[in-house]
Amino acid sequence: MSRNIFKAKQYATSKVYRSRPQELKGSIEERPNVPQGIMTKCPGCGRVIYTKLLIKIHKMCECGYYFKVSANERLAMVMDEDTFMEMDQHLTTRDPLNFPGYGDKLVKTQTQTGLVDGLVTGKGLICGIPTYIGVMDASFFMGSMGTAIGEKLTRVFEKATDERLPVIVFTASGGARMQEGIFSLMQMAKVSASVAKHSAEGLLYITVLTDPTTGGVTASFAMLGDIILAEPGALIGFAGPRVIEQTIGQKLPEGFQRAEFLLEHGFVDRIVTRDKLRDTLGALLKLHYREEKVQPMGGT
Amino acid sequence: MDLTPWEKVKLARMPIRPTGIDYIERIFEGFIELHGDRLYGEDRAIIGGLAFFDDIPVTVIAQQKGRNTKENIARNFSMPHPEGYRKALRLMKQAEKFKRPVVCFIDTPGAFCGIGAEERGQGEAIATNLAEMMMLKTPIISVVISEGGSGGALALGVADKVYMLEHAIYSILSPEGFASILYKDSAKAETAAKDMKLTAQDLYRFGIIDGIIPEPSGGAHNDYEFVTGRTREIIEKDLKELMLLPVDDMLKKRYRKFRNI
Repeated sequence: MSRNIFKAKQYATSKVYRSRPQELKGSIEERPNVPQGIMTKCPGCGRVIYTKLLIKIHKMCECGYYFKVSANERLAMVMDEDTFMEMDQHLTTRDPLNFPGYGDKLVKTQTQTGLVDGLVTGKGLICGIPTYIGVMDASFFMGSMGTAIGEKLTRVFEKATDERLPVIVFTASGGARMQEGIFSLMQMAKVSASVAKHSAEGLLYITVLTDPTTGGVTASFAMLGDIILAEPGALIGFAGPRVIEQTIGQKLPEGFQRAEFLLEHGFVDRIVTRDKLRDTLGALLKLHYREEKVQPMGGT
Repeated sequence: MDLTPWEKVKLARMPIRPTGIDYIERIFEGFIELHGDRLYGEDRAIIGGLAFFDDIPVTVIAQQKGRNTKENIARNFSMPHPEGYRKALRLMKQAEKFKRPVVCFIDTPGAFCGIGAEERGQGEAIATNLAEMMMLKTPIISVVISEGGSGGALALGVADKVYMLEHAIYSILSPEGFASILYKDSAKAETAAKDMKLTAQDLYRFGIIDGIIPEPSGGAHNDYEFVTGRTREIIEKDLKELMLLPVDDMLKKRYRKFRNI
């Protein structure tokens, strides 16, 4: 295990690719009939980028625009290659309220996204250090937290507590899953409880807040990290901006509830650009790493 | 009395219903209110302080609605800011230090949505209460007396025992907010109230609350003494049980209670 700590895998930095998207831009304008999916247009600046290249440039455009990242893409960006072992991948909700239309919508979304719910959890290495990780996926019911996400996260914290390992959670969520009503609300208490127990054992928990992180997720595990990182420009808040505008009847100031605003107000430790995230997480894990307490990676 | 969920929503919001202070005055003796979160300010949407329950010193915390418009403005319609939750937590930590049980009365449409609330970390304040209440080494009893709205209610609701009044509601969001999100029409709040399953009877059936406190015919407002008396009986029984439990056992049970939902 210790041998792996300093053997960080080579990983593309954005710099390597910086010049290429522009080269592509010219050629695309000359060929308007590009099959869909091969190229992706940046909503920020209009630049057209090779879709395959996007993941290598961390789905960041040169103009500063951050493309949405799926849970699996995120794992590919931060975990050491071939070390991620997924947990509970088939865990799904039992529709506790028997909510009208929810069951059908779930199946449809599962088919569309290829996800079972809006969170992927598991264990793996970052820069050679073992960690548990949970990554939310905003493409599934806006990343909203229902019983499936609550249960999966709780299991992550319980396993990590048993094995004395750190936990990293990437948040991306519109809040609680409305269709699971009070059960969704109670997941806030349940996950926070497992975070508290993990914390009481002196173990490390890092949250990375990505766009958007709001509602019941902000008001529970997102804000409970020992270290809270955020991606630039991410919307982070309890109430959504539209709800606040309706409540107070005035327009919100520019930059309100963005990651930079939270940093300014003391609620985020660091804003980290996407290309630096893996190294930052690796460095933080190393600072908290104590080999004698870490159990081997199972070897199964 | 069979009321529809929507009728219960309306009943639970009636200004003549007993509020937090009405319970405190009738159930406890010698209530001394303590103010402020020691960080930013005093939030009058939440009141808290010390009192005797029989001869047991306790910490009491309540979300306080106003009984008229003037009071409601002062109390911000019982929608706390972060400092309200931080005051509540400060008093709970104080209760832990002096080994006093904590009794919370929940009655809020939800945590306040506004610029100041966001600037001062509404999400962080609620999250911290959820985590800290789970680990608090003293008994906690929470009673939803009228309206339990979203994370703003839950931030006083991580307890060893959670009760609801017979016609109280407890939900992820107000039925109006829920309807506006899911049905794109806040006028469909009545349908939402039914679909959300927010009544005490629903939550008891789900195993989310420990019991239902009966109300007099027509609702709690018809007989303050009756409803506060029944609440008192439940608190008395639970306090005696919880204070005999070894702290580790109590915390394990508290964890399992929420873990199993």
